[in-house]
Amino acid sequence: MPMKQVPQPISIFEKGSPGRMGANLPETDAPEVDLQAALGDLRDDLHLPELGELEVLRHFTNLSHINYGIETGFYPLGSCTMKYNPKINEATAGLPGFRAIHPMQPVETAPGAFEVLAQVQEILCEVAGFDEITLQPLAGAHGELTCLMLIKAYHDSRGEGAQRKYVLIPDSAHGTNPASAAACGYEVKSVPTDAHGNTDLEALRGMVNNEVAALMITNPSTLGLFEPNIKEICDLLHSVGAQVFCDGANMNAMVGTTRPGDHGFDCMHFNLHKTFSTPHGGGGPGCGAIGLMKHLEPFLPIPVIRRASNGKVQLETARPLSIGRVSAFYGQFLMEVRALTYLLAYGRQKMRNISRFAVLNANYVKARLRDVLPAAHDRHCMHECVLTATRYKKGGVRALDISKRLIDYGFHPPTNYFPLIVPEAIMIEPTETETKETLDAFCDAMIAICKEAEESPELLHGAPSTQIVGRLDEAAAVKNLDVRWIHPSRREKAPVSG
Amino acid sequence: MNVPTDLKYTKSHEWVRVEGDIATIGITDHAQSELGDIVFVDLPNVGRALNAEESFGTVESVKTASDLYSPVSGEVVEANPALSTQSELVNTDPYLGGWMIKVRMSQPDQVAALMDPASYQASLD
Repeated sequence: MPMKQVPQPISIFEKGSPGRMGANLPETDAPEVDLQAALGDLRDDLHLPELGELEVLRHFTNLSHINYGIETGFYPLGSCTMKYNPKINEATAGLPGFRAIHPMQPVETAPGAFEVLAQVQEILCEVAGFDEITLQPLAGAHGELTCLMLIKAYHDSRGEGAQRKYVLIPDSAHGTNPASAAACGYEVKSVPTDAHGNTDLEALRGMVNNEVAALMITNPSTLGLFEPNIKEICDLLHSVGAQVFCDGANMNAMVGTTRPGDHGFDCMHFNLHKTFSTPHGGGGPGCGAIGLMKHLEPFLPIPVIRRASNGKVQLETARPLSIGRVSAFYGQFLMEVRALTYLLAYGRQKMRNISRFAVLNANYVKARLRDVLPAAHDRHCMHECVLTATRYKKGGVRALDISKRLIDYGFHPPTNYFPLIVPEAIMIEPTETETKETLDAFCDAMIAICKEAEESPELLHGAPSTQIVGRLDEAAAVKNLDVRWIHPSRREKAPVSG
Repeated sequence: MNVPTDLKYTKSHEWVRVEGDIATIGITDHAQSELGDIVFVDLPNVGRALNAEESFGTVESVKTASDLYSPVSGEVVEANPALSTQSELVNTDPYLGGWMIKVRMSQPDQVAALMDPASYQASLD
């Protein structure tokens, strides 16, 4: 196993030498001005770095070497779909006709851009089985919130706004679901999960009545399991006039194989930055398109982008029932260019390979790790598997220790302690873009670490030991947040943080 | 896990110490161990009326945030001031220094319905 010690990087402010510079400036041909006279007292304690070009280049190149991302290694962070984003996405997003347009320029000067938006909408409609798509929401939780706003507007339009007070959410849900419901003014009720990892139907029946506005449900669930009763669940909610929202975080398990719109959902959100390979992490920006059925269409946020019968794409803003604007312009435009590139690169015939390989890879990992880390629910999983590390707890090893040790083996850790209903949860989402060799190397590392957990737990408790930082004190990081770097020459004078 | 024998317990892992009509409430050693390092405790103001099983606050750890539920009905007469700066007391001393609120009970007979130490211990095994 590689045990490379990485040297501690020195900040760029501590490098260089006074007067050194990377640019060779010509003699000035303008009259010199006395800055002190022109501007008053000037600070002379800025400690700006003074370096040559090669030093700067080496500094940032070396920093990039201690970064970790999908382009340096396997990134099985469950629930996040850290798939590889093909480089062709960047090529199209960099085309000057897309890159150089401005949101304030006249609409009629950017027909190509609106054609891109219309095509993304049309393809997502077909992929997910909805009547309408809007690309306006700027991130996943924003998409959830927009769906809830549509549902609220729908109930209001039927005179049932005051009557419908509750939103039901399974106890396995992402925390953003109850937050979106609460932001919309709803009271949240938690639906339990049964012993098989499905929504507890009996409990749900007891909670469904005409005071319920909606059920927000993730399918496949955050346990990585497909909800087999989804049709019955949707019918149950509809029987009392409630709506069903699909959290599309796990759409990668369904692309090209099955369609949420066919399951009975009224609306859903997509994470283009998960499922459709737009950049993810580091600020993305995220992209939270939503799909909806016809009865919610009158409430769509404006502007609505529509293809007219003559094939031309138009913007509609005069829509009296609209919930209004949810973003300043038309969504994250260059992300839509990337998503369209990805969708067209796969094409209609091959798109199902996304979900097939995502599901196959997760089941392969689950099967290979069965003897050391059993699944929380022993049945076929979808695009991710949720394993439990409870058997190592007696020896003092927790799921977090296993994940930290994985860093020493050169892999990004999986998600820990989510969903909350699984004790010592380790949630692994390999995605479809990994080879069998990579999956095997990861599984070999996990099996070796589980052996260490039994034989030499101190190796796990001390992990990671090969990185520029060791185990972080997460409690101190939260309680004593310190994000300001102070130059060494000023540290003694600086006020104590905390 | 430490389960003191002089306390009563809930399924949601709160403990109650009864002295007269005052119930002191906190979370158990098991709960703090499962939550991990606690970084923030949000407690109610003195004077707030609580119903049994109503949420009275939240506890936030490096892993998750959880609601806290009152085992009994009554009025909050004190909230532990130390927890605003020393939330780690819930980890290091869950049954004494890490107490959360004191409630003047309006229905003291509710205590009889709570779990005794043996049944709480059994629920953890």
